[in-house]
Amino acid sequence: MSRRWLKANALLTPTGLWLGIFLLAPLWVVVQFSFATRDTGVARAVLPWTAQAYLTALDPAFLPIFGRTLVYAVATTIACLLLGFPLAWFIARHGGRFRTVLLAAVLIPFWSSYLARIYAWKALLDGEGLVNTVLGWVGLDRDGGFLLTHGAVILGLTYGFLPFMVLPLYVACERFDFRLVEASFDLGHGRVSTFFRIVLPGVFTGVLAGSLLVLVPAAGDFVTPKLLGGVDQSTFGSVIDDQFRGGNNWPLGSAMAVLLLVLVVLVLLLRGRRGEDVL
Amino acid sequence: MNRRPWVLGLVVALVFLFLYAPIAWLALASFNSSRSLSRISGFSTQWYAELFDDTRVLASLQLTLQLALASAVISTVIGTLAAFGLRRAFPGRGLWTVLLSLPLVVPEVVMGVAMLGFFVKLAGVPLGFGALLFAHVAFSLSFVVVVVRSRVSGMDVRMEEAAADLGASPWTAFRTVTLPLVAPAVVAGAAFAFLLSFDDVVISSYLTGVGSTTLPVFVYAQASKRGISPEIVALSTLMVTATALLLIIGVVVASWRARRAGSTAELV
Repeated sequence: MSRRWLKANALLTPTGLWLGIFLLAPLWVVVQFSFATRDTGVARAVLPWTAQAYLTALDPAFLPIFGRTLVYAVATTIACLLLGFPLAWFIARHGGRFRTVLLAAVLIPFWSSYLARIYAWKALLDGEGLVNTVLGWVGLDRDGGFLLTHGAVILGLTYGFLPFMVLPLYVACERFDFRLVEASFDLGHGRVSTFFRIVLPGVFTGVLAGSLLVLVPAAGDFVTPKLLGGVDQSTFGSVIDDQFRGGNNWPLGSAMAVLLLVLVVLVLLLRGRRGEDVL
Repeated sequence: MNRRPWVLGLVVALVFLFLYAPIAWLALASFNSSRSLSRISGFSTQWYAELFDDTRVLASLQLTLQLALASAVISTVIGTLAAFGLRRAFPGRGLWTVLLSLPLVVPEVVMGVAMLGFFVKLAGVPLGFGALLFAHVAFSLSFVVVVVRSRVSGMDVRMEEAAADLGASPWTAFRTVTLPLVAPAVVAGAAFAFLLSFDDVVISSYLTGVGSTTLPVFVYAQASKRGISPEIVALSTLMVTATALLLIIGVVVASWRARRAGSTAELV
């Protein structure tokens, strides 16, 4: 092997060891648990191997929960794209020497306490909260406020994951040659045509990386739906959590975690090489 | 799009409003005279006073800070090494990239239960500070690598070659040329790692042991029983202010370092 190969691997070894022991090994343990029988107190031996947990996990009774999780995750990704793109584009294009400051301004709320922010939204969306009061001035208020609705959950998730969308989008926008937009206009293309033919392909790696960073974690989140959505808002993540904390059915929880992991791997494979340099 | 930047500006202003509305509300509510978070009835600083008398909150705050500091130091050191390892192409780099992108996309709940199962059933690691530290480094590392790597890959190799041509040893070249150039990214990565650890609820909630409850876990447990207490709102306001200050200091230091590195570059 060449010297360069040795040097690179030597530098990567500490990280590789850490992730191997504290991330890959645990994930492998989950895969083992998922094939174990309940009540075996699974340790090293996981016999008898059984697919029972997967059969339970794929029970139609869980379908509405999976459906709801998917809707939350996809809606959150779309909302983050719609809010994040103008922001990233604006900072990259018009930020000038204030770029760093503007980017930091996006990140400051994100670097505060996550729970406190969710509770602040809870208060704002409450029946007596500010949002309902302001909407009341124009007659758009809603009895009991907006808490415990699907909209509230999607809003909370969008709020929580927006920075993960903005950062890769910003990187992509910064690399984008803005003169292409002028050229497109000069050549007679309209706004819509320019956006879809020039801008979107130009920043696509950022869109891909950002969507990946939002979609999968949003599908696993259970704290936000629990706090903003109320009792009937169980999601994929909260069901897994219940198996480990309350229900004490580790094999079932593990099988569901493995299904979620498979989703991650599928999305990573779909991404292919295109988003790699951004992520 | 650039013909009417004011439309874009308006949209951006609204997004910023969305980002800052809850933060502003928290700050306001922390000075509320009643316990309510949704209705402001008068001014008082009693929640701040009660916060500083609450030894349980202060103890878990101390633990959380120690954990975040240790996690940030470890992940910054080994993450920076990894970022340099990925600098040039070599067979197998793609595989490393996949491994490093895992912590970014695996949902927290999956990582949390996996680590719980691993530490408790297989490795025999007792839950508590050690388990928390192992886990926090594992999920922060990739963010450090991403941030530092973006700087390293954008770096001009000729700077280091020039240093070598002028007679610098590899170590001197690294210390006086390479390190100052990547320092802003290393600082940013460290801040990222610190705050990821400081704010983590889900993974930590599986791994806290008796007497080692981190602050976010404490707040989550307390809040799910009887709602969030005004003391915590006061603490959150302080935390927002502190993290904002930390970030501002970071940005100032980074731009100062960059300017200094920039003037050195001009000399070369």
